Formats: sequence, structure tokens, C-alpha cells
Amino acid sequence: MGGILGFGPNGWGPALLSGALVTIEITIGAFICGLVIGTLTAAARLSRVPPLVVLARGYTTICRAIPELLLILVLYYLGSQLLNEALHAIGLGDAPISGFATAIIVLGLVQGAYASEIIRGAILAIPYGQIEAAHAFGHARILLFRRIILPTMLPMAIGGLSNLWMVLIKDSALISVVGYSELLYTAKQAAGYTQRYFLFYVVAAAVYYAMTLVSNIGIRSIEGRFGRWMPVRAR
Amino acid sequence: MNFSWFLPNLGLLLQGLECTILLIAVSGTLGIVLAIGVALGRMSRSRVVSSTFGLYTSVIRGTPLLVQIYILYYGLGSAFAALPWLRWGPLWPYLRNGFWYVALTLVLSNAAYWGELIRSGMRAIPPGELEAASAFGMGRILTLRRIWLPRTLRNLLPALAGETVMLMKATALASTVAVTDLLGAADIVRAQTFHVYEPLLLVAIVYLLLTYGIESVYGRVERGKVLRPGR
Repeated sequence: MGGILGFGPNGWGPALLSGALVTIEITIGAFICGLVIGTLTAAARLSRVPPLVVLARGYTTICRAIPELLLILVLYYLGSQLLNEALHAIGLGDAPISGFATAIIVLGLVQGAYASEIIRGAILAIPYGQIEAAHAFGHARILLFRRIILPTMLPMAIGGLSNLWMVLIKDSALISVVGYSELLYTAKQAAGYTQRYFLFYVVAAAVYYAMTLVSNIGIRSIEGRFGRWMPVRAR
Repeated sequence: MNFSWFLPNLGLLLQGLECTILLIAVSGTLGIVLAIGVALGRMSRSRVVSSTFGLYTSVIRGTPLLVQIYILYYGLGSAFAALPWLRWGPLWPYLRNGFWYVALTLVLSNAAYWGELIRSGMRAIPPGELEAASAFGMGRILTLRRIWLPRTLRNLLPALAGETVMLMKATALASTVAVTDLLGAADIVRAQTFHVYEPLLLVAIVYLLLTYGIESVYGRVERGKVLRPGR
């Protein structure tokens, strides 16, 4: 039993390890992608420009009401096909788009909807007097965002965002359905090859569990850092 | 966009819809019953009991649902197939069917996620209400049944609506183990008709409608149109 899990010639150890690394990379990439999309969507919803608000609301509603698996299937196949067609139209050949980039963008799109709700809620929770005060000190746009809005909203958003990170680690397993070789896909191959289904899926589960446990520790220290200016009671 | 495949496959799609709704109903009802048990176990005064349920919750919430489904369906399924008395026994048609494995996984998963929710909801009930119940001579079970749980579940209705939508979305994973749920039906149609996207778009709309339906049912319950406490 140690043999097929180990690093010897018949061991699946290296494959599983690299699968786990890909899972971590996808999760980090999708989290950043989701944060960017979420921030833009939150900005659109708070913009008071009707078409932007409608667009952002439609996006968040649809992405939160439809199963992630279905969204991933549609976006993964449709997205790569549309991109290729667009590239053909402007006279370029097939896009060198990797499954990796598509996985990150697709998961980022799905999680961006949740991220935007978290960020919007955190921005709305900033006492308006603080923003007025910043205006009175002559802070405009970028400076206002960097000095006032971002540090004030972060401790309020961090709870929701860390939850999102946990969801992302687990949702990254859905990418295995479209055949990109991350942790679960590798485990599936190993299980099929060796016929040891139970063993390999339990090992995959253990690796995912280890990732969430380590994340929990990291999140706790990040929360303390971002919330250090907050009154003790509010933490 | 070509929807000529729609009418010939309507029966299959309706069958898929039925399967999805059945999965939501079975794993939702059993899940909430188990979740109450998990919440009570987590709040137990015994260290062993509370930490056991704590570990259960942490493991289920820390691993992907898809992996859990694979462990039960492929892992347990292949272990069952190795036992001759099960493999050739009368229960095999059921044991071979992915539906029950998915339903069981969803029940276990709901018990963990909703258990945490119910635990936090139970702790939010003012202690005075429970003290009042015991002042009326109610025992622990009676207090739980008449005061604590109904108050908790009522307060949690908006959260449970969101969780039920999450459950609906999770049922789509059944299609990965060859269960003909809504998404599974769309996959069959796609494979048979070579229309790659249209079936997916159609079931996406059906899922949107299901979400809307779930939220409006909970909305009615919340506004007191279905359950009326205190009467």
C-alpha cells in the first residue's frame, strides 16, 4: 500500500503532489481573478449608472443561482470556442489558451459574483462621515480609495472573503470534470489505473482537508493584522 | 440557436427535473433532521461527544463535495461489488444506482453545514425564554421541542432559504456519477443530438426558475402564510 502512494517507480506520489500544487495555483489565481471581478462589479453596482447597475445585478444573480458545475461546463467549452473564433476572425490562428488559464478565469467568474456582494456590503458599512471627512481633507478618487475606503472595509470584508477562499479550494475540484489535471483528476486517474478507488479518493480528501486546515491558520493571522485598528469588541 | 431537439427529449428532461427535485427533497428533509442532531451533539456537555461532532463538521466542510461523492460512489460501491452476497443479492439494483449515493452524501454534507447554522441559531435565542419555559415546568425535551427549536428554525428561515439554493446547486454534481438529474439529462441530450450548448442553456434557465421557486416558497413561509406559530 505504501508502494502505490509512494515516490517509487510504481508510486503515484509525484503525480498527486504536482496535482496538489496545480490545485493551489488554480485556487490562488481564481481568488485574485475573483477579487478583481468582484471589486469591479461592486463598483458598477454602487456607480448609480443604470445600465451598469443592471448588468452587475444580472451577473451576480445568475452566477449565484445556477450550479457551479453547469457554469463551469458552459464557460469552459463556450469560452474557449468563442475566444478561438474571435482570434480566427482577426486573422490569428488557434489561441494558445491553456486549460490552466481557462480554469482560473471560469472559477474567478463564478466566485466574483459572491466576492462583489461581500465587497459591496463592506463598502456600504463604512460610516459615510468618514468619506465626507476625507473629501473635506481634499482626498479624491484614488487617494480616497487607498487611504480611507480600502483600510476601513477590509476588516469587514475579510470574514466573507476568507470563507470564499475556503469555498474556492473545494470548488477547484470541479475543474477535474472538464479534464484539467489538478488534484482530483490525478486521483481519479490513479484510482482508475490501480482499481484502488477508496484509497485514492480518501487520500485526495485528506490533502484537501490539510489545505483548508492550513488556510484556517493563515486566515486567523491575516484577520488579526487587518483588524488591528478596530475596537476590541468589534473583532 | 437550434431548439428542434426540445420536444423529442421533453420526457427525458422532465425525468431529470423530477430527479433533481427528489434529491433536494430527500436530502433536505433528512439533512435538517440530522443537522439538529449535529447541533445538539456539538453543544453537548460531554467533551468527547462535542469534539467528535466538531471533527465530523470540520472534515465534511473541509473537503470538496465532489470528492465525498466519489468516495461513497466509487469507493464504497466497488467495496460492495466485491461482496458476492451483495453483488448477486436482491438489493443490488439499488446499490448500483448513483442516486442513493449522491443522496447519502448530500444528507451527510447538509448535516454538517446546517448543523453549524442551527447551533449558532440556537445560541442566539435569549436564555430568558428557556428559563421561562422551565419555570412553566417544561423539561429539557419539551423546552427543546416547543420553544428552542421552533424559535431557532423560524429565525433561520432566510439563511435556510440560501442553504436550500446551495443544496439545489450541489445536486448538479449527481450528473458526474451517471445519475440522470437535470444536468445529467442535458448531458444525454447533448451526446445524442450533437447540440453542444443549447441543452445546457435550457437547464440553466430551469435552475434559475428553481432558485426563484425555492426563494418564493421560503418567502411565503416567512411571511406567515404557511406556518403560523402560536396557534
